[in-house]
Amino acid sequence: MIKLTLNGLEVSVEEGTTLLEAARFYGFPIPTLCYNEGLSPYGACRLCVVEIGEGPRAKLVSSCTYPAEEGLKVRTASERVLRARKMVIELLLASCPQSKIIQDLAAAHNVRQQRFKQEYEDCIMCGLCVRMCEEQMMAKAIGFRGRGEKRSIGTPFDITSEECRQCGACMYICPACQLRCTYNEPEKAICGACSNLSPPCVEKEQFDDMMCYMEPCVACEIKTE
Amino acid sequence: MYKLTSLDDFKQLQSRLVADQDPTVPVIIINAGTCGQASGANDLIRIAKRELLQRGLVQRINLRVTGCHGYCEMEPSVLIEPRNTFYPRVSIKDMARIVEAVDKGRVLDDLLYKDPATGESIEKLEDLPFYRPQKRTLINRNQKVDPIRIFNYIVVGGYSSLLSVLEKGDPEAVVAEVKASQLRGRGGAGFPTGLKWELLANQRNGQGKFLVCNGDEGDPGAYMDRSVLEGNPHSIIEGMLIGAFGTGATNGIVYVRNEYPLAIKHLIIALRQAREMGLLGDDILGTGFSFDIKLVRGAGAFVCGEETALIRSIEGLMGEPRQRPPFPIQKGVYGKPTAINNVETWANIPVIFERGAKEYVKIGTEGNSGTKVFSLVGKVRNTGLVEVPMGITLREIVYDIGGGTADGAEVKAVQTGGPSGGCIPASRFDLPVDYDSLTEAGSIMGSGGMIVMDEHTCMVDVAKYFMSFLKDESCGKCFTCRKGTQRMYEILDDITRGEGILDQLDLLEELALAVKDTTMCGLGQTAPNPVLSTLRYFRDEYVEHIVNHRCPAGVCKALITYSINENCDGCHLCFKACPEGAINGEPKELHVIDAEKCIKCGACKSVCKSDAVVIT
Repeated sequence: MIKLTLNGLEVSVEEGTTLLEAARFYGFPIPTLCYNEGLSPYGACRLCVVEIGEGPRAKLVSSCTYPAEEGLKVRTASERVLRARKMVIELLLASCPQSKIIQDLAAAHNVRQQRFKQEYEDCIMCGLCVRMCEEQMMAKAIGFRGRGEKRSIGTPFDITSEECRQCGACMYICPACQLRCTYNEPEKAICGACSNLSPPCVEKEQFDDMMCYMEPCVACEIKTE
Repeated sequence: MYKLTSLDDFKQLQSRLVADQDPTVPVIIINAGTCGQASGANDLIRIAKRELLQRGLVQRINLRVTGCHGYCEMEPSVLIEPRNTFYPRVSIKDMARIVEAVDKGRVLDDLLYKDPATGESIEKLEDLPFYRPQKRTLINRNQKVDPIRIFNYIVVGGYSSLLSVLEKGDPEAVVAEVKASQLRGRGGAGFPTGLKWELLANQRNGQGKFLVCNGDEGDPGAYMDRSVLEGNPHSIIEGMLIGAFGTGATNGIVYVRNEYPLAIKHLIIALRQAREMGLLGDDILGTGFSFDIKLVRGAGAFVCGEETALIRSIEGLMGEPRQRPPFPIQKGVYGKPTAINNVETWANIPVIFERGAKEYVKIGTEGNSGTKVFSLVGKVRNTGLVEVPMGITLREIVYDIGGGTADGAEVKAVQTGGPSGGCIPASRFDLPVDYDSLTEAGSIMGSGGMIVMDEHTCMVDVAKYFMSFLKDESCGKCFTCRKGTQRMYEILDDITRGEGILDQLDLLEELALAVKDTTMCGLGQTAPNPVLSTLRYFRDEYVEHIVNHRCPAGVCKALITYSINENCDGCHLCFKACPEGAINGEPKELHVIDAEKCIKCGACKSVCKSDAVVIT
C-alpha cells in the first residue's frame, strides 16, 4: 500500500492506482472528459489536473495518468488547479459550445462566458473513440492523423474501413457527440451505426423530438433541420 | 580497413598514423558542411583538386574537406594550415591563386579578412574578432577532421578517451567522472548528465538498456547539432561508447531528422567505419564490451525532439508525448531503460575524458560548467556558430563576437532557446548566459538558438511568428496546448491587425499561464514563453498596437503606410520595382505612392538609394 496525502487527508491506496482513482475513491470529485474506467488513461483533456509537490516545485499534472507515489501531497482543488480548470473549460466552451457535457461542466464550475472567438467544432480530440475502438472493440478502425490544428480523427483515406463493424461504440462514448454520427447512411466513412442497429429514430418517418437511445447522440435532431 | 582486436592494436595504429603526419606540409582546408556547400564550397573543392593535379602538387600540399567551422557569414571560406591563414568569402576565380600562394608559401593580403573597425587585414583564424572571445572545444575539432575519414579523427586524438576508459575498465569511475564534470544536458532543460547516467546504471530490471542521441534539432535558426553531426560524427560515437561502458547499455540509437541528409550520410559512413575497425559491435577491441549504434531517421515533427515523443517515434508510432512517470530512464525505447542525451552533450563526453573532469569544471561557472554552442543569427554582423564558456554575458556575445548590427541599428532584444524560448531585452544584456539565469529572465537555454533583433523588429510580430510555428508543431494531444496555441495566435493576429482591445492582453496572459501550467510535455510548458516574455518586457509595444493602432517598428502591415518624402530624386527605380503599379511619377520628379493599391511589400524601400521611402 502506498500512503499519500489528498487535500490534507492521509490515505493509502494500492500500488498502481492513479491519482484520479484515489481521489474519486476517497470522495474528492475531479472532472474529466477523456477518461473512462474501461479504457487506458490518455491525459489529453487536461481537465483532471491536480497540484502535486510543494513550494516552488509544485506543479500541475493530469491525475488520470499520474500514479500514486509514497508521501505525495496532492491538492485536487487548490486555487491554481481551479484557475487552470476554468481556463480549460472556457477554451472548451469557445470551441464546442453545443456539447451537453461541456455545458454542464461550465455550469458546475461557474464559467458563464468565454472571451474567445466563438467556434462551433465538433471534436475535442479526447481520443475516447480511438481507444474504445482499439481496446474494447479490437478493431483499430479509426485513429489520429495530422498534428497541431490539423489533427483529426478518421479512417485511413477517409473511406469506410474494412475493420469497422459499425458497432457504434465510438459514437456512444463521444462526449461532444454528433461528431462521428453519420446518421443512417452506411456509405459514410465512420459510424452509421444507427442503420445497423435500427434504433427507433430510423424506423419512423417522423422523429421530431425523439432522442436517440445512444444517449448523448442527437443525430435525429439534426436530421430534421 | 582491418579489424582491431586489442587495445594495443589501436595504440599501434594511432602511433603509426601520427608518425606518418608531417606538420610542415601545408593543408588547404575547405569547409563543406551544408552551409558551406550552399554558398559554393563544392566549386572551390573542384578547382582546388584540379589545380593540385595540374600543378603536380598532390604530394606537397594536402587538401582536407571538413564540416562547418562556424563563421557562416564568411562562407565559403578557406583555411590554410599550419599558419591558420583564413580567407573569407572566397570566389571561384581566386581559388587557383590561393593554391599557388600556398605552394609558394605566401599569403594573399588582398583576400584576407578586413577588420570592419580599423580596416586592417587579419591573417590568422584565432585573431579574428569573431573567434577571439570564443572558447572552442567542440567546434574547433571540425577543421581538423574530414568527417568521412576515421583515420583523421584518430590522428587528432580521437577514440583516445575511449581507450583510456577501456584500459581502466571501471564503469563506476566513468559515471563518477561525468558527475564530477558537472556537465548538464545541452538539449535545453539542463539535467545533470552524470546523474542521468547513474540512474541508468542503477536500473537492474531486464537486459538491454538503450542510449539515445537526440539529433532532432528543429528550432528555426538553430543548427549546432547539425554541424557537429556533419563535421565530427565520430565524436558522437565515441561519447556514446563511453556512456555505454559507464552505464551498461548495449544498444545505441542516433535519432537524426531526415532534413539533414549530409549529417545522415556522414553518420552512416562513420558508423560503418567504426564497425569495420572493431570499435562498434561485439567484443570491442577485445575487451568483451559490446555496444552497437543504429541510425533512426526522424519522420518529421518538431515535437519528436521531446523525449517521450522521440521514444514513440523510434518505435514507429506517432510522435506524441506521454505523461511522465514512468520516466524514460525507467521505461524508454521498447520499454527498456533509456538515457537520452543531446548531440552536443555526447560530443562533450570525449572532451571531458581527454581533459579530465577537474580541468573541465574550470571552464564556465559554478554549476554551469563547460562551453555551449549557440547559433547566433538575426540582425547581427557576424552570424554563425559561436562556442562560449557558460556564464559569458549576452553583451559579449552580441557585440564582441557578433559585432553588433550590420547597419548600425540599435539592438533591441535577443531571443534565446528557439520557439519555446523568450526575448531578453537589451537592458538585461549583462545577464550571464547559463541555465538558471535565462530561466529566471523568462527564457530558456534551449538547444542554443540565439536570434538578435534590432529596432526594426516588432515584438508582437515575433511572438505571433513563434506562435504560428508552435500551433502547427504542437502534436495536438493536450487540449490546452493545441487550442491554447491557436487562441494565443488568434489574439496576437488581432493585435497586429489593429483589431485588439486592451482586455485581450489580460486574457492573453491568463491563457499563457494556464497553458504553461496544464500541458503535459516540454513543448507545451514552454510554448507560452514568447508571449509571456514579450509581454513582460515589451508591453508598451502591445499597448501601442492596440491603443494608437501603430506599429513602432514598422512591421505590421495593417498598421503602417508607405510614403515618399522630398528626398526623392526621381530615379524611377521604385516605379519599376513596384509589383502593383502603385507608384506614380515621371523620371526626375517627385514620386507618390497610391495607398489604395499599395500592398506594403517594401520593394520600393529596398531599391531606393536616397532613403526617400518612409514607413509611418
